[in-house]
Amino acid sequence: MVPTNYYLILSAILFGLGVLAFVFKRNVITIFMAIELMLNAVNLAFVAFSRALGKSDGEVFVLFVIIVAAAEAAVGLGIIILTARNRRSLNVERVDLLKL
Amino acid sequence: MTASVIIFFVLAALAVLASVSLILQRHPIHSALSLIVVMVALAGLYLLMGAEFVAAVQIIVYGGAVMVLFVFVIMLLNAGEEERTNFSKLATFGGIPLALALSGMIAAGIARSSSQLATSPATAEGAISSTRQLSMLLFKDFVYPFELTSFLILIAILGAIVLAQREN
Amino acid sequence: MPILENLWIIPLLPLLGSAINGLFGAKWSKPVVNSIALGSTGVSFLCAVEAVREFLAGGSQPFRKEFFDWIVAGSFRAGFDLQLDQLTVVMLLVVTGVGFLIHIYSTGYMAHEGGYYRFFSYLNLFMFFMLILVLAANYVLLFVGWEGVGLCSYLLIGFYFLRKSAADAGKKAFIVNRIGDFGFMLGMFLLFRTFHSLDFATVFDAASKPEVAVEPMGQFGILTVACLLLFVGAIGKSAQLPLYVWLPDAMEGPTPVSALIHAATMVTAGVYMVARSHVLFTHAPTAMYVVAIVGCATAFFAATIGLVQSDIKKVLAYSTVSQLGYMFLACGVGAFGAGIFHLMTHAFFKALLFLSAGSVIHAMGGEQDMWNMGGLSKKIKATFVCMLFGTIAIAGFPPFAAFFSKDAILFAAYNYENGGKVLYGVGLLAAVLTSFYMFRLIWLTFFGEKRYDEHHVHVHESPGSMTGPLMILAFLSLTGGWFALPALFGGKDYFAEFLSPVFGAGEAGGGEAAQSMEHILSIVAVVAATAGLLVAWQMYSKNVKRGTSEGVHKLLYNKYYVDELYAAAVVRPLVWLSTNVLWKVVDAGMIDGTVNGVADGAAAVGDTVRHTQSGNTRSYAVWVVVGAIVVLGIVFWPILHPAVFGGVR
Repeated sequence: MVPTNYYLILSAILFGLGVLAFVFKRNVITIFMAIELMLNAVNLAFVAFSRALGKSDGEVFVLFVIIVAAAEAAVGLGIIILTARNRRSLNVERVDLLKL
Repeated sequence: MTASVIIFFVLAALAVLASVSLILQRHPIHSALSLIVVMVALAGLYLLMGAEFVAAVQIIVYGGAVMVLFVFVIMLLNAGEEERTNFSKLATFGGIPLALALSGMIAAGIARSSSQLATSPATAEGAISSTRQLSMLLFKDFVYPFELTSFLILIAILGAIVLAQREN
Repeated sequence: MPILENLWIIPLLPLLGSAINGLFGAKWSKPVVNSIALGSTGVSFLCAVEAVREFLAGGSQPFRKEFFDWIVAGSFRAGFDLQLDQLTVVMLLVVTGVGFLIHIYSTGYMAHEGGYYRFFSYLNLFMFFMLILVLAANYVLLFVGWEGVGLCSYLLIGFYFLRKSAADAGKKAFIVNRIGDFGFMLGMFLLFRTFHSLDFATVFDAASKPEVAVEPMGQFGILTVACLLLFVGAIGKSAQLPLYVWLPDAMEGPTPVSALIHAATMVTAGVYMVARSHVLFTHAPTAMYVVAIVGCATAFFAATIGLVQSDIKKVLAYSTVSQLGYMFLACGVGAFGAGIFHLMTHAFFKALLFLSAGSVIHAMGGEQDMWNMGGLSKKIKATFVCMLFGTIAIAGFPPFAAFFSKDAILFAAYNYENGGKVLYGVGLLAAVLTSFYMFRLIWLTFFGEKRYDEHHVHVHESPGSMTGPLMILAFLSLTGGWFALPALFGGKDYFAEFLSPVFGAGEAGGGEAAQSMEHILSIVAVVAATAGLLVAWQMYSKNVKRGTSEGVHKLLYNKYYVDELYAAAVVRPLVWLSTNVLWKVVDAGMIDGTVNGVADGAAAVGDTVRHTQSGNTRSYAVWVVVGAIVVLGIVFWPILHPAVFGGVR
């Protein structure tokens, strides 16, 4: 039996790695992928808790998270395409029209 | 050291290594492929925990639809290797401590929380969630959020179409 | 309608007159303004007489009525309560009667002055506040009247406000009064703390209880301190040492003002207040001793300054200060009735003297320096006779008024157990000086060669509106003392008897030995007055001219340099403090600094926080993570904090 804590610690590590990628990467698509990584880490925690408590409610929520993540990916990538065409670059640091 | 634990560690190591690879790779397509590996590993973990339906959905939707979308976009935009710009000092110096703080806090919270959760026995593997049970929950108790999410997807589709239109 | 039930009418009428004249008088003609001002005061006087009649008809029972609640805070209540007892009767009649006469006089005196309506508006306002003061049944309402008369004094002293000296004098009066008021307020606070009320009835009843002991001489118990603080207020209002300096300067105001406010009524408010609080004072012999000494010293001190002044009004001003000293001497030695008696006679003859001086000044076309007068007795006969009456009265010759009142005071002082003989001696000396300087005034002004230029000054008698009140007051100066004829003349002391329900029966002298001593002292007083008259006759009746001022003369002429002393010791340090500390450090530095500092601080914070909006998306990502950490921290805090502080796992 794998103790629930192990899953939770793994979830925390994955989440932290997602944060690192979110802060350090410069390509906007990679940043988006880091967001997906964070969502996945959270899903893992949900399922782990669902297993520990013996109820299926956690898994239902995981389904919802996946649905929302998919919708978000669709719209977000649409925006990224437009922005990339506009600024002619995928570097997030080039999107700086608000800089003084 | 039961078999479950070994499988867990293998899959966990795979996920972590793939995540590290996502950070370290220079070309976005390599990052995308690393992310796919993470997703598959997580699907494996779900199977280990006995949540088959979720594992299946993970692979089909995440791996098969979302990541494919990512790869398409990368190719569409002809993304090349990342530029080495570094305009934000805050991000450079603050990033690692923040990430450590965040995960440390979560880990500490986990460690401090009630121990009975840590070693609770799962019901027999595979028995916690038959798909039937899951569908009962989804379509009875959570039917309202379910319908809302279908509405959400509709909006997302519309949004994507509007965004991707060419200027006339 | 019964006036006694509606006592508020008496002060209200002058207030209405003041308001109407003040708001609308500028557009009206003089007769209209006159009728309103004189009408309100006159009717008020009639109401006062009626109230007194009802009071006497009702068996002279002390009357008190609460009209409405003004301050109600917890268990403390200060209401608009008016009362009428024998003491109030005296004060009420003096204030309304003499006030009315002076109003009539003013119509003649101020006929050619600008701001006519304003003058009468202020004068009526003064009547209102003075009546509130006199009718009040608690210290708080009395203080309202007290402050109000101070305000009117300021307004009227500075009536010719375009003259800097007048404006300064008004300010000086108000500020010096304020110092006294501070003591008064502290006294009131102490009384409230001790008796939990400021109503006269409550406080005096509580203080008269047998268990409240008379505080021994030399000890400063609560009642002594309270009485001393109240007396500080009286010192300010009634111009005693050391706060008398405003009264001579107050002569900048028009002469009727000097007569009404600074001779007959306002300055006597302090004496009234002390007399009203006699229950408290008799329990604090130390305080009474202080009152007596201050009064006696002031009487002498002011008289010395008055010896050499050349302005006719200044002589009368110092004379007022001196006579007020006599009244306080009387209260200090326990003869409250005698003090009030002198207050009444003083109101008559001092008002007479001031109004006569005004008549002289009016006749001389504005000249006030006695050295530029002379030989006026034949030109302005009516004024001369009236002024002579007033002078004889103040010098203390029988059968004029002040003989009886001053005599009563000196006799009481002689019998006082703590150094009464010394007080008597100084008081007698002051009486000699009084007689001297008053007759000096008469000789310089009305006799000798004329020292003015006939071509420039056309001496003419004053109109009837001015001489009429003069004659009435002259009559009162002659007869006003007949209320208290000592046994020498075979009469009864009606006045003391009248006031005995208020002050207790101890006023009347008892016993044969005391009576013969009284006779002796009366004769000594007359001799002293005559001595003063003779010396003045010797020095000033022949042709005199102004000499140079040196030595003692110079010291007295410059009022012992007290004003200069105050300016250097008090005023200059205060101004320095205000400029350099309160203005530069506190106001500009701290208050402005704080306000500006807040503004600067906000700007600084804004300047710092602005850097978060760098325009760089990656730093935004960092801020998102920071926010997430904060929120997670708040959520995890219950679990985490034992860990942070090393709790049990």
